[in-house]
Amino acid sequence: MRYLPKSPADREQMLAELGVRTIDDLFAPIPAEYRLKRDLNVPRQMAESEILDFFQQSSRDNAAGYATFLGAGAYSHYRPVVIDSLISRGEWFTAYTPYQAEIAQGTLQAIFEFQSMICELTGMEVANASMYDGSTAVPEAAMMSVRLTGRSHVVIARSVHPEYREVLRTYAQHQGLPISEVGFGENGRIDIAALDKAVTGQTACIMVQSPNFFGTIEDVAALADYAHKKGALLVVSIAEAVSLGAVRPPVEADIVAMEAQSFGVPLGFGGPYAGVIATKDKFVRQMPGRLVGQTVDRHGRRGFVLTLSTREQHIRREKATSNICTNQALVATMATIFMTIYGREGLKELAEHNLAKTAYAAAEFGKKAKVLFSDAPRFNEFVVQTTADPHQMNDRLLAQKIIGGFPLKKFYPELGNASLWCCTELTKKETIDAAVKAL
Amino acid sequence: MKKATTHISQNEGLIFEKSSPGKRGYKLPPLDVPAVTAAKALGNAARADLGNMPEVSEIEIIRHFTRISTWNYGVDTGMYPLGSCTMKYNARVNEAAARIEGLANAHPYQPERLSQGALRVMKTLADCLLDITGQDAITLQPAAGAHGEMTGILLIRAYLQSKGNPRKKILIPDSAHGTNPATAAICGYAVENLKSNAGGMVDVPSLVAQMNEDVAGLMLTNPNTLGIFEQEIHKIADILHAKGGLLYMDGANMNALVGKTRPGDFGVDVMHLNLHKTFSTPHGGGGPGSGPVACKKHLEPFLPAPLVVEKKDGTLGFDYDRPRSIGRVRAWYGNFGMHVRALAYILANGPDGLRMTTEDAVLNANYIRKQLEGVYELPYSTPSMHEVVFSDRKQTAKGLKTGDIAKRLIDYGFHPYTVSFPLIVHGALMIEPTESESKEELDLFVDAMRDIARECEKDPDLILSAPHTTRLSRLDEVQAARKPILRWKPTSKGAAE
Repeated sequence: MRYLPKSPADREQMLAELGVRTIDDLFAPIPAEYRLKRDLNVPRQMAESEILDFFQQSSRDNAAGYATFLGAGAYSHYRPVVIDSLISRGEWFTAYTPYQAEIAQGTLQAIFEFQSMICELTGMEVANASMYDGSTAVPEAAMMSVRLTGRSHVVIARSVHPEYREVLRTYAQHQGLPISEVGFGENGRIDIAALDKAVTGQTACIMVQSPNFFGTIEDVAALADYAHKKGALLVVSIAEAVSLGAVRPPVEADIVAMEAQSFGVPLGFGGPYAGVIATKDKFVRQMPGRLVGQTVDRHGRRGFVLTLSTREQHIRREKATSNICTNQALVATMATIFMTIYGREGLKELAEHNLAKTAYAAAEFGKKAKVLFSDAPRFNEFVVQTTADPHQMNDRLLAQKIIGGFPLKKFYPELGNASLWCCTELTKKETIDAAVKAL
Repeated sequence: MKKATTHISQNEGLIFEKSSPGKRGYKLPPLDVPAVTAAKALGNAARADLGNMPEVSEIEIIRHFTRISTWNYGVDTGMYPLGSCTMKYNARVNEAAARIEGLANAHPYQPERLSQGALRVMKTLADCLLDITGQDAITLQPAAGAHGEMTGILLIRAYLQSKGNPRKKILIPDSAHGTNPATAAICGYAVENLKSNAGGMVDVPSLVAQMNEDVAGLMLTNPNTLGIFEQEIHKIADILHAKGGLLYMDGANMNALVGKTRPGDFGVDVMHLNLHKTFSTPHGGGGPGSGPVACKKHLEPFLPAPLVVEKKDGTLGFDYDRPRSIGRVRAWYGNFGMHVRALAYILANGPDGLRMTTEDAVLNANYIRKQLEGVYELPYSTPSMHEVVFSDRKQTAKGLKTGDIAKRLIDYGFHPYTVSFPLIVHGALMIEPTESESKEELDLFVDAMRDIARECEKDPDLILSAPHTTRLSRLDEVQAARKPILRWKPTSKGAAE
C-alpha cells in the first residue's frame, strides 16, 4: 500500500523487537469471536489514475458547466485562484488545532485575522474562530442567548432559512426551549404585529436573517430596539456574507450568527462551509467555540494562543458553552484570504456588482411576472411568482444549461407558484435575458 | 538532535499592518448591466464604508500567507503523534478529487438528476462505512465528531421515547473526551461518571451497580482514550441491553479497528466515525471534520432527513419523508467535500490496504511503548492498540510536567503528543503515531524522548525554558486570558517585531 512507509523487513524487525510472532498477536485483546475473518466488502485497491477516473465520472454525472440562479443559502461567487494555491500548502491543511502555539503561529495568526475581519464587517466586537456552518450557528446563538438572559423562549422569523430553523428545532427539542415562529409581511420583512404577539417576558432572543431567505434586508436597528425593550436579545443570521460589502452591518444586534461560504468557499454540494458567532465584548464568556487571543512570549514578542478555553468542553465538560471541538479552521482561512484579496474597496465593488445584476434581473422579471417584496431593499435574491409551476420553467431552462430559481412551495406553500432567484457577479446579462424569455 | 536544525524564519506582521489605501488584490470584469450604487439601491440600509478592512496587492497576499504558514507544523512536516487525533498522511489524490469541477461547484439545491455523481459518491461511501462498522444504517450529515455524538445520542433518545420513556442519564467513563459529557447535556441528559478499573477499562461491577431504568445509555470510546481495547465489551453491551439501555461508541479511535473487528458485531447500537481521523481527510488547522453516524436497524427510523436512497427507476435521490426523524442536525447533506476525500482514501486502500493500515498503526504504537517503557512511567500495563499513554510521574520528581516535556520535543523536530489527557492519568503523555510513520522516524522520536528523559535528570531548566529553536518562546497564556485581545484594532498595535 503506497501510503505505508514500511518494508516487510521493517515490520519483521519491529515484531521481533516486540517479541511477538505475527501482527495478529497484537490484536489479541479483541475477543476472538469478534475478530473479522474476511476482507471488508469495499472496492478493491485502486491506482491513482483509477481513483481520478471514478471521481471524474461522478463529476460528469453531476452535470457540470451549468449557469445557475440558485442561492438560498449557498452562493456561487468567483473564487480567486490564490485561495487554493495558498491553502494547498501542507502547513495549512495538514496541521490540527493549534494547541502547541509555538509551532502553530501561522494558523493562530490567520484565525486572529479572521476574527478581526469578521468584527470589522459585522460591527461586532468579538468573533470566534468558526462554527460548523450558518445553520448550526443559529442554535448555538439561541443557547447563548438563553444563558445570557436566563430566559428560555426563542422567537424566530419564518424568513430565516428553513433548514436553519429545522436545525434549531433539533438542538432545542430536549433543552426545554420553546420556539415560536413569526411570519413575514407584504414587504418580505418580519411581521411586526405578529412579532409583538409572539414575544413574552420569557423570550430570550428574537432571531432574524438579513438579508433574509427572500433576499430582503431587515430593519435591524428597529428590531434591536424592540427586542431590548422586551428584555430580549436580537440575533441576526447572515447567510450571504458578500452582502456585508454593501449592506449596513447589524451593529445594534447582540449576536451575529453567520455563514462565511460566500467568502471564497466552493459550493461543494453543501459543505464544508464555515459558520461564525460574533457578539459584544460583554458576552464573550458565554460564547461557544474557540477563540484566538494576542499575547507575548517570554521576550515580550507578540504571539497568538487559543484563549478563554474555560468555556469549552475539554475543560468544563457537561457545563461547557457548547460541545463543539473540531471546527472549520481551514475554511475560515480560505475566507480570510478572500476577504484580504477583495479588501476594503473590493468587497464594496463586489457587493455592488451583485446589486446591479439583481436589480436588472428583478426589473426584467417584473415585466413578465410578479416580483414579490419590492417595497423593502433587497441584496442579491428576489422572489418571482408565476402562474405556472416554476418546475416547468426550470425544465425549459435546463435544456439551455441554465439552472433556474429555487421553487419555494416546499417551504412556503402560501406563496403559491413562487421561486427564489439569485444573481451574483457571475450571472451574465444574456443568462438573465434567456431566463426571462423562458417565463 | 538528529532531526531538526534551525532555518531562516521570515518575520511578518498582521495583514492590517501592510495595508495602505489604493492597493488592490482583485479585478472585477466590466458590468454588462447598468451600474448601481449601494447608497441608491439600499437607501438607509446601505453601509457607509468598510472600516479597517485591509488593502493589499496579490504578491503581498501570497507572501503573507506563505510566510505565516511556515510557522506551522503539519503532518507534511513530520511525525505528529497527537493522541486521539489520528494525524495520518493526507493523500494528495483526495484533494485533487474534491476539486474536480462537477463536485466542487455542485449547488446543494441543484436538481437530483443533475446530482447523480455526488449522490453516488455519498452512497458508495455510506456502503463502505456500513461494512467497516458492521452497522445497518448511516447518516453522513454531522459536520464533526462532537456533532456526530449529538446525533447519536438524539437517536438513542428518540428510540427510548418511542418505547415510552427517554430516561434521564447517560453514563460516561472518567477517561472520556470532554465532548461526550457536553453532548449528553445538549441532548437533555444528566451525566453520570463511570470509573475505570485497575486495567484502565470500564469497571464492570460499577456498571452493573449503576445501570438501571434511568440510564439511557453508555458513551464508550473503544479502544478507549488509554489506547486499550475494552475486552469485556460484549458483557458491557449485555448489561446495558438487559436493562433497556443502548451502547454508543465514540469512534475517535477507529483507526485501531478497521478491517480487524466491527463495532456492530460486538454490541454497539450506534456510533460516529471521524472521517478526519480514521479516513485521512485533512485536519486543516482545526477543521473541517466530518462525523457520520452509523446505527443498528432499530435506530434507523430516527436518522436525520434526508437520506440517500436508490429510487425505483435506478437513480439516486434524497428521502425527506422520515416522520420519526430526530430532525436535521445541519443544513444540506454534511461536509460533502470530506465525503469525497474519505472515499478516495478507501478506494486507494481497498480491503487489504485498510487492514494493513490498522495493523501498522497498532504496530507503531506498540513499538513506541516497548522502546519508552521504563524511561517514562506506564500507568496501565494492559496491552495497547493504536496509541500508548505514559505518565510524567518520574519527571515530576524534578519539577517537570508533561507540558514541559512536550515543549522540549518541539526542539527535536516533532509535534508533541497530546498533553494531560486522559484525565485519569497523572500528567498524561498520549502518543498516537498512526501508520504513517516509518521505522526511521519512529526511532528518531524514541531517541528524542530518551534524550529528553536524560535532560530532565541533568538539566531541568533546559526543559522548563523550552522550546529554544522556535521563532517565539513559550507564550503567556495567563495574560491572554486575563486581558483578552481578540481582534486587531488600529490603536492597539502589538509590540513591534
